[in-house]
Amino acid sequence: MNLKKQFMEGLLTQNPVLVQVLGMCSTMAITTSFFNGLGMGVAVLVILTLSNIIIAAIRKIIPDKIRIAMFIVVIAGFVTMVDLLLQAFIPALAESLGVFIPLIVVNCIILGRAEGFSYKNSVAASFWDGIFQGFGYTVVLLAMCIIREFLGNGTFGGGLLGIDGKGIQIIPAEFGIGVMTLPVGGFLVLGVLIAAMQWALAKTKK
Amino acid sequence: MDQIFELLAITLGAILANNFIFSQFLGICPFLGVSKKVDTAIGMGLAVTFVMGLASAVCFAVNNFVLVPLGLGYMQTVAFILVIASLVQFIEMFLQKSMPSLYTALGVYLPLITTNCAVLGVVLLNVQNNYNFISSVVYGITGGIGFLVAIVLFASIREKLVFADYPKSFEGFPIALVTAGLMALAFMGFSGLKIW
Repeated sequence: MNLKKQFMEGLLTQNPVLVQVLGMCSTMAITTSFFNGLGMGVAVLVILTLSNIIIAAIRKIIPDKIRIAMFIVVIAGFVTMVDLLLQAFIPALAESLGVFIPLIVVNCIILGRAEGFSYKNSVAASFWDGIFQGFGYTVVLLAMCIIREFLGNGTFGGGLLGIDGKGIQIIPAEFGIGVMTLPVGGFLVLGVLIAAMQWALAKTKK
Repeated sequence: MDQIFELLAITLGAILANNFIFSQFLGICPFLGVSKKVDTAIGMGLAVTFVMGLASAVCFAVNNFVLVPLGLGYMQTVAFILVIASLVQFIEMFLQKSMPSLYTALGVYLPLITTNCAVLGVVLLNVQNNYNFISSVVYGITGGIGFLVAIVLFASIREKLVFADYPKSFEGFPIALVTAGLMALAFMGFSGLKIW
């Protein structure tokens, strides 16, 4: 397996969010502050990598007919672990992500990679696939957070930097477009990002 | 009386003010995936409503009679997803035997529902909000109706959208997302809706 090719696929040409259009719910719901995006991205990266490894390791003994159920059980196990760890060590993050942490179980990225990649490939390749796809997901989440936070509140790095973790004020808060931090902003920003990606991919192909 | 008012509040909230799609972001994948035609959207919406109502009831029982007494609250996610997966499988077999016409109508969409985050979401929210049995089931069903309303409206807009003239880069998902964004803006109007 070509590592560089896998890296480019995860980040750009097969980006889980912008190209494969998977895992939309979490992408739009939690990208309101930088801290949330980073936490969610890393959580998914860890779960995706671990479940990819396990599924690749047991792929030869899973009966074909019940493979989806097996995948879900493996994923749910790891999600529960991450959920409990977050509640114990980073309670602020667990609270602000709320129901979306247990919902990683039904995040189509993880099930999609299990079915599409790690069920057919070796453990090592699946490990790198998990890292790169998770990285691609995190990058998109962070991009969305930065755009929405800046347009909505005029800040950068909310929840992590600045006074009381409110973020660094770049433009006065009164100039923010409040609607960007609401669900509407999630749909619009993601729509525009995917459009930009399609434009860029079409351009490089020519 | 209080119970009736509570149920009414849950109903209005689930269908309009806190619509699962437009304000809670649950169930976006099927919302975008199966909304190209109004007919299929109706099928998917009905199937989701049915499963959400049933899953709320079964998971309430599993949580209160099995998990909580045994002190296994931390196993909720695993238990619920297994219940939902087997429930969907069971409904599929049941419909195939007893109601073949409904089965052929819903057939393709049933397996997809297992990974619909609206179903797992509603079950987890029931536990989080400490709803009793009736409230849980009502929240499940009305949440499903909210999904149905959203996906049917969205599908009918998308059918017209085919004839619209927009930049080529926006083809497919981007224009659908922008449309959904504008619909979410419209649904925001309901958020001031407070009767009690």
